[in-house]
Amino acid sequence: MKNILKYTFALLAIGFVSCEPEFDKPVTDEGFYSSGTANLSKYVAVGNSLTAGYADGALYITGQENSYPNIMAEQFAFAGGGAFTQPLMSDNIGGLLLNGTPITENRFVLAVGADGKPGPVRLVGTSTTDITNHLSGSFNNMGVPGAKSFHLGAPGYGNVAGVLSGASNPYFVRFASSESATVIGDAVAQNPTFFSLWIGNNDILSYATSGGAGVDQTGNFDPTTYGGNDITDPNVFASVYSQQVEALTSGGAKGVLINIPEVTSIPYFTTVPTNAIPLDAATAGALNAQFAGYNTQILPGLAGMGIITPEEAALRMINFSAGQNFPIMTDDDLTDLTAILQGPPFNLPAPLAMLLGQLRQVKSDDLIVLTASSILGTTPDPNNPQGVIGVSIPLTDQYVLAVSEQARVTAASTAYNTTIQALAGAKGLAYVDAKAALARVANGGIPYDGGVLTSQFVTGGAFSLDGVHPTPRGYAYTANLIIKAINDTYDATIPMVHIGNYATVTLSNN
Amino acid sequence: MKKVLVLAVFALASAVTYAGGYRVSLQGNKALAMGHTGVAVINSSELVFFNPAGLVYLEDKFNITAGVHGVFSSIAYQDTSSGANARTDSPVGTPLYLYASYKATDWLAFGLGVYTPYGSEVKYEDDWAGSHLVNNIDLKAIYIQPTVSFKINDKLSFGGGPIYVTGSVNFNRNLNRTLTDLDGNRSNVTIEAKGVSSWGWVASTMFNPTEKLHIGATYRSEIMLDADDGTATFENIPNSPLTPFKDTAIKASMPLPAEMTVGMSYDFYENWTFAFDYNRTFWDVYKSLDIDFADVNIPDSKNARNYKNASIYRFGMQYDATKMFTLRAGYYFDESPVQDGYFAPETPRNDSNNFTAGLTVNLGEHLQIDASFLYSHFKEIDASYDYYYENGVSVPFSGTYKTNAFTPGLGLTYKL
Repeated sequence: MKNILKYTFALLAIGFVSCEPEFDKPVTDEGFYSSGTANLSKYVAVGNSLTAGYADGALYITGQENSYPNIMAEQFAFAGGGAFTQPLMSDNIGGLLLNGTPITENRFVLAVGADGKPGPVRLVGTSTTDITNHLSGSFNNMGVPGAKSFHLGAPGYGNVAGVLSGASNPYFVRFASSESATVIGDAVAQNPTFFSLWIGNNDILSYATSGGAGVDQTGNFDPTTYGGNDITDPNVFASVYSQQVEALTSGGAKGVLINIPEVTSIPYFTTVPTNAIPLDAATAGALNAQFAGYNTQILPGLAGMGIITPEEAALRMINFSAGQNFPIMTDDDLTDLTAILQGPPFNLPAPLAMLLGQLRQVKSDDLIVLTASSILGTTPDPNNPQGVIGVSIPLTDQYVLAVSEQARVTAASTAYNTTIQALAGAKGLAYVDAKAALARVANGGIPYDGGVLTSQFVTGGAFSLDGVHPTPRGYAYTANLIIKAINDTYDATIPMVHIGNYATVTLSNN
Repeated sequence: MKKVLVLAVFALASAVTYAGGYRVSLQGNKALAMGHTGVAVINSSELVFFNPAGLVYLEDKFNITAGVHGVFSSIAYQDTSSGANARTDSPVGTPLYLYASYKATDWLAFGLGVYTPYGSEVKYEDDWAGSHLVNNIDLKAIYIQPTVSFKINDKLSFGGGPIYVTGSVNFNRNLNRTLTDLDGNRSNVTIEAKGVSSWGWVASTMFNPTEKLHIGATYRSEIMLDADDGTATFENIPNSPLTPFKDTAIKASMPLPAEMTVGMSYDFYENWTFAFDYNRTFWDVYKSLDIDFADVNIPDSKNARNYKNASIYRFGMQYDATKMFTLRAGYYFDESPVQDGYFAPETPRNDSNNFTAGLTVNLGEHLQIDASFLYSHFKEIDASYDYYYENGVSVPFSGTYKTNAFTPGLGLTYKL
């Protein structure tokens, strides 16, 4: 009897071991996936908000967990990739504090309003991420929201003393190795065997999202003189970018460079239609009557006097009709006629001259930014129901990225991308054409196992509620693009992810 | 847009699944050791299950046997396209049985059986790649079966009786592939139903053309477990009118399919017995699993299963080695009821080859110890479940599965 029990338990023990099912070729076995000629053991990601995993207008933990570098690192782990650390925020509210005072806003969530319609709202709650709580150690994810190309090498970009003045970056303050550290220096100090670099987006994006409120600094080679919404000179970009690639490859690391997408691929610029103003025939007629003198006498007169070109005169014509109409706007690229219109022969009163000074209607190829959706058609002065934004009050320039402004953005980003692609080729680095990939998302979309990924705001799945940054699914798509480029360049077989497993917008009612 | 979103979320949430291929053939250590043959083997009160008609041919007046099997099974999953992989950490299953028979007269015997022919316990790591189909499941069904058995003559007998079933299920899965609360915790639902009872019946016959040749047939009826007061408990649901998942009552029905067995046994030389059983399980009753949520805001869940009838071919040998030891061995081929495209991870059962062995130790006249061992070998299989939908689009869950199971068992028999 004792023996029987003994043998039974022995059998039990054998079975306990042998019943673990084993695949002929387990994916977890070393060598199932290959990193090819790349060494993924120490991956460092350098970049801006996109690299950090910023989404919904804020940085928060679950966004960081779904950053494209973190998704890539999880896949790298199948092919010799090592640990990947990120400077995680303290919560999923988003928003930063400086000594207890909020300095950035909370994240957006999709909430159903009182009218039953879902829309993005800022999440209510108090952020717990105080930038004065310095994180120790180094981080594989060196994505710094807001960073432009020339910021990465700027000493003091992580100095808390410069945050309020805008001289430094509150996100880098959290984990900079010292007050004088540079982003690129802290990245290189980790001796990466592999890196990704995606920088330059903000060098055009802040100009674009501000409706071209900044200055195109092309020709100005001193970035310390740039304002926050300016376009970075392409030569400055080329110079700092090549230095960064040089620094990151100095230890023999291989890596991947990612180019700059078109702003027209993101819902921040494509959601609000240019002809957003509905008018009935009577209202349109009344408005046209008011602008009749301007259209038929003042504009031809100015053109005849040589003050404006006939083309500008045509551009400035205001016409409404029954149905959807283009709103009126102020365009600071137009000749400012405010003073001239107050003088002879027009002698217009000052308020009217100021209204007409740089007035035109939005054109179909302009881009109205997402934030205009909350003001277009509203009456800011409740005592003046006639004062409707877009109809009788012009949209200010910050809400419209005009064709001329788009051209500056395109010119700069095209120049940046030429630099990025040339450097990738020269250094033998993997190159990702994010511009083309994002254009595919915006034009038709990317089919996946649960539908089609598009850049449609809220419902398309690719973009978070700020209209600029991707959702986790958008970041997963990005990670797959980069992995494919790495596989192609380095003869690697890193597996991609199923993007349908990654979430889109987050639902929450405050 | 709200409506579209609601639909999207709901569509994602409508694929609750139960176990498939959830037959557990472990109804006696003696029989299992012989490949779970027994419809025509006259050696113990395990006949209460295998063929009640045979009870009347048992030599002993009173025969009681009880035992337990320890099911050590594990499922490995991997998807080579993404690297996703998982391994179940299922608890050891311990199906029990108890059979008693009493020979009232030479031609009449009574029996009572308690056994667990259906069940499934599978536990994946929460939030694994297939967590939108199942995180874990525990399905139990206990059969209680009184029988009567009478013989026409030494060649022919009949038996049968009612079956009372009491069952329970506890099942958890994530609502879909992506829904989380604000902090990223996956939204999930637990379906629970306890004390669900129903009735069925068993009828059988045994025919002995010669003293050495026995032929048997047993039919066990389908039993539908109707859970009328189950519960659905939702967890980590976002605070949003678009996801109105509140805890609610549910109704669901789960078939325990009918099973027909025919077989024979043949005694040869002095001490040898050969047995063959053929099982046909009528799984085609399991077309779809539908869950009716009491809360009208939660759409009912319909889940295609579309099982097919499946056969099992069983072979067993018994050798009375000495007065003390009886040795047994067997083999059976178990055909999966799961059709292509319906391979769901809660019981990823493909065809299996099963090898069995065991022995009985006679401790004196009255007491026996029965031991058995089963090794189930499943081939590595590439399979998918194609009936999970998001936004009306089928999202197959595919990958490679490898299942292993080994099942030692121990029992006691007492006879007078």
